Amino acid sequence: MSTQSGVELDLKAVPESVSPEASGGAAVVTEQKGVVRRMPVKPGNAALQRTRIASSGNTAGVPPAGASAGQTPGAGGRRSAFKGATAHEMAAKHRDISVAEFFQKNRHLLGFDSPRKALLTAVKEAVDNSLDACEEAGILPEVEVRIEVAGNGSAPPPSQADRFIVTVTDNGPGIPKKNVGKVFAKLLYGSKFHRLRMSRGQQGIGISAAGMYGQLTTGKPVRVRTKIAGEPKTHCLEISIDTKRNEPVEHESDTVDWDREHGTQVAIELEGRYQRGRSSVDEYLELCAIANPHARLTYRTPEGETRVYERGVGELPRAPREIKPHPLGIELGMLIKMAKDTKSHWLSGFLSTDFSRVSPKVADEVCKLAKLSPRMHPKELFGDKAEALYRAIQHSKFMNPPTDCLSPIGEKAILAGLVKTLKANFYVASTRPPKVYRGNPFVIECGLAFGKGDAAQAKDPAKVAAEQLEKIQNGQVEARAEGEEEDEEVEMARVIRFANRVPLLYQQSACAMYQGVLKTAWRNYGLSQSKGAPPQGPLVVFIHMASVWVPFTSEAKEAIASYDEILDEVKRAVQECGRKLAIWIHKREHAKNEFERRNTFQRYIEEVAESCKRIKNGKLDAERLKRQLQKIAEHLTGGEETDRILNKKKEGAQEDLENTVELTPEGLKGDLPVLGSETADAAGSGAAGPLPAAAVKVPEDKAPPLQTGELIAGATAKTKQVNLDLSKARARKGAKGKSGGKKSAAERSLFDE
Amino acid sequence: MVAARVKRVHRRTNKQVADLLESLADTVVQAARKKEDPRFDIPVRALSNVDFNPKKRIIEMGKAKTARQFFNLGMAKKFMQTMLVADALMELQRQDATTSLREVFYRNKHTIEGTSENTFDYQDESDPIIEDLEVTLTLLREELRVRAGDTGQLLGPLTIVEGGDTIDCSRQGVGGKAVPSIVEPGYLDIKRCSADFVLLIEKGTQFNRLSEDKFWKKHNCILLTGGGQPPRGVRRLARRLHEEWKLPVYVLVDNDPWGYYIYSVIKQGSINLAFESQRMAIPEAKFIGLSSRDPETYGLPRVVGIKLNDKDIVRAKELANYPWFQKKEWQQEILYMLKSGLKYELDSLAKKDFRYLTTDYLPQKLKKPKDWLD
Repeated sequence: MSTQSGVELDLKAVPESVSPEASGGAAVVTEQKGVVRRMPVKPGNAALQRTRIASSGNTAGVPPAGASAGQTPGAGGRRSAFKGATAHEMAAKHRDISVAEFFQKNRHLLGFDSPRKALLTAVKEAVDNSLDACEEAGILPEVEVRIEVAGNGSAPPPSQADRFIVTVTDNGPGIPKKNVGKVFAKLLYGSKFHRLRMSRGQQGIGISAAGMYGQLTTGKPVRVRTKIAGEPKTHCLEISIDTKRNEPVEHESDTVDWDREHGTQVAIELEGRYQRGRSSVDEYLELCAIANPHARLTYRTPEGETRVYERGVGELPRAPREIKPHPLGIELGMLIKMAKDTKSHWLSGFLSTDFSRVSPKVADEVCKLAKLSPRMHPKELFGDKAEALYRAIQHSKFMNPPTDCLSPIGEKAILAGLVKTLKANFYVASTRPPKVYRGNPFVIECGLAFGKGDAAQAKDPAKVAAEQLEKIQNGQVEARAEGEEEDEEVEMARVIRFANRVPLLYQQSACAMYQGVLKTAWRNYGLSQSKGAPPQGPLVVFIHMASVWVPFTSEAKEAIASYDEILDEVKRAVQECGRKLAIWIHKREHAKNEFERRNTFQRYIEEVAESCKRIKNGKLDAERLKRQLQKIAEHLTGGEETDRILNKKKEGAQEDLENTVELTPEGLKGDLPVLGSETADAAGSGAAGPLPAAAVKVPEDKAPPLQTGELIAGATAKTKQVNLDLSKARARKGAKGKSGGKKSAAERSLFDE
Repeated sequence: MVAARVKRVHRRTNKQVADLLESLADTVVQAARKKEDPRFDIPVRALSNVDFNPKKRIIEMGKAKTARQFFNLGMAKKFMQTMLVADALMELQRQDATTSLREVFYRNKHTIEGTSENTFDYQDESDPIIEDLEVTLTLLREELRVRAGDTGQLLGPLTIVEGGDTIDCSRQGVGGKAVPSIVEPGYLDIKRCSADFVLLIEKGTQFNRLSEDKFWKKHNCILLTGGGQPPRGVRRLARRLHEEWKLPVYVLVDNDPWGYYIYSVIKQGSINLAFESQRMAIPEAKFIGLSSRDPETYGLPRVVGIKLNDKDIVRAKELANYPWFQKKEWQQEILYMLKSGLKYELDSLAKKDFRYLTTDYLPQKLKKPKDWLD
């Protein structure tokens, strides 16, 4: 189950804050802030509050008891200073708030605080839903995102438009007609909230919130089209939300023909702003492609470009398993709720059947420690008893939770994702074994993409240096005066963060994954790094955390909390990759140095010989001296023989680096995924109807520069090229591919425990 | 007659210098012929390679040397630069010109053909190489025709010939005659000198006070200052006056560790230029003041003292450990200063009277040679 409870928290908070609303809006804000801060990010609380809301939701106008009680002291204090209100007057102001009201006041919590972010959030929620649905149904995802400027006829250019239509189409299993309304237009309706299982979306709020945002800002309903495999009808619906009752209203239902076997399409018209660059829809989809190499993503930008992120792997990730909560991973409120809901009649039975890693023996011990009878009925567990049990749990020892519930991306797939999306010269990936924080299993994965990926850099560094020299000799470089240093651009590494395959685009510096990267001593890996900054160089650091419960620092799901266990794992994952990167960098440096060594002597020989000639007042055969010195130089640096040996060594050593991919002049070499696009297309069963090749045209130069040209903005041309390279590499390394397969089997057994 | 002798010496030196510079080029040519790595062995210029010779009472350079090789990645550039500097110095010999350190740097600075690299980027790459060549070839900078700074003044009953002009140094107003950086015979010849001693003063303020008060006339002495640590020209001129005209040299400095060190450099030579002590140091020089006991003796109030800072204390302790400060009187002097915790500037004598230095302090000091430190 899942995350942030942000929304639930605030739903709870709102009734409390409704009454002071009359005495001052500011009070509402502070009150809410207070509540948000105070709330630990825990599933238990979330669930608890949810139930409360559910129970009071339909009984209009009756404030929860706690609410008025909470207000009394404050009101009492004020009464002495102002003309106060009576309890009855105050109670008269209490009323239920509608979901819409709540949403409007708290849209920032759900990612709709600015028009720019709103557009991104709408795309993100829809894509997350599509991917989750496809994966759960065992379908290789094909998702198409289309953003259009809304408007009749004379639509403004995308950069100035403030109204967009976001359309997301997937090849998922489809949604039964009766559920469509609730899925897209009822907050807190979903399949994921009630389960402890690794998934992207978690609380059933995202897509309906996006729909509500659209409705509130444009008045337009959400348009949905869905088809279930085997069913003849494609349903088309227009759904709006009855914001008072939090219930969907279906405007129109129609059936049309849709040229796909199954899938869902959702279109939301909303107020937004389209911008490129950091934290944009463009970046989000790019990162999505990296973390989901099994998905085929198509992005039709508002400018009319089409970007296709082809599959990097043709295999679905292993489906994560649901697990029962671990006793150390729950809060008191959750414990009480579970005790109420359990089917067990004994306390010990409740503990051993409803939790993972609690044997009957351990359950008895816990009861003993709590001084509670194991035969006690769980329904009687509340108040002091519940607290005693909760405390006993904290002081007991349990086995770590099972880790087969996690589905990490895997090294090969990370490499595939990085290779297909980022231009670089060297790629490396690492998946750590599962670890546990506070009773929650998690896996950290790291990937590095180093270099700018230009063909020039892929070449032998010695050759590159030689070319540079030639450029200078052609007079393309100006002489340097005193104080004119060679401007070397300091480029910071870019850190891309993911939680359960979802890119995190905001709050970077507050995130444990980013901090783990900063705390790594990159100098050990051949990169320079200022204190408290990411390393320098053309580097992209990929970090992924997979967990049944990702501990976000806030409800906006933007940064991961800094648990020591998580920080340590991030550092270890980065170190594993860093070591391999260091080997690769070192090798290249070495070859370059050897070239420069010889070159240094060659260029100084001229100066030395000429100086000698002048000192001897011209009485010296400078040319002969130069020849003699050059011979010595060649002899000392090994001449051409060195080049040969160096190349040999380099190739030999490369074989040792597992889970890496290197860009060489002949293309990509290394641990590339065995499954290519051909298989992927077959597996996709053409449900989404892959776009005809003609439609896929992306002028490469139009790709937005996200960061110093490292990211290929999904340029199809590039993707194709990479695919070609992949197949080449495959052909060359048939044997290697097999060993790669074995490795992944080994990984699997690790997770199966 | 004297001039003629000096000229002959100079010409010979000129030829020697040229030969020595040429030997550098020969080293390279010979090594190349033998297919060897050309190298120079350069004496180390550091405290680790400096010895105090108690007999000669000067600081001498040790025997430690470092190799500078061409075919060594770390040294190749420096080797190339050394050859360029040698080339520039050779040209100076041929042109019979002198130059400054900075001009040598500019003369050699260019972009190496076919690269974006400069032979020299900053002057501090070039300066140490000139010193390297001085020690390697055992030549003085003056002999290499490279000038140091010209910050020095001279005033007193002596006549010199410099650049063809005869200059009466007793007729130089209150500012005094500037001391050139090269004072070797041939560049600067001392024609006549009737002074009884040389007073080498640390700072210009006191030089001005004494020249304004015509102190040198009354006491028949030569006033010489170098503005802090005296440059080579001033030191070498004092040495020549001492050697050629048998004048005693008295040193007047502030009472602080830096003043002590200025005195010791004049007397024994410096660590960095240890190889030139032979020609620069004046072992018979005397320390006339300001000593740690002077404030007491001359009634300087405590209030004009300055508290020793941490750097002063560290430096004083360092000095106390130098072999040439091991005399009992010096150990006591330094200890006395450390104990009092105060240092005094010469300027503080003005507390008594603006002319106190001229009218009281120096005349009294000159009467009591026993109070001087050696």
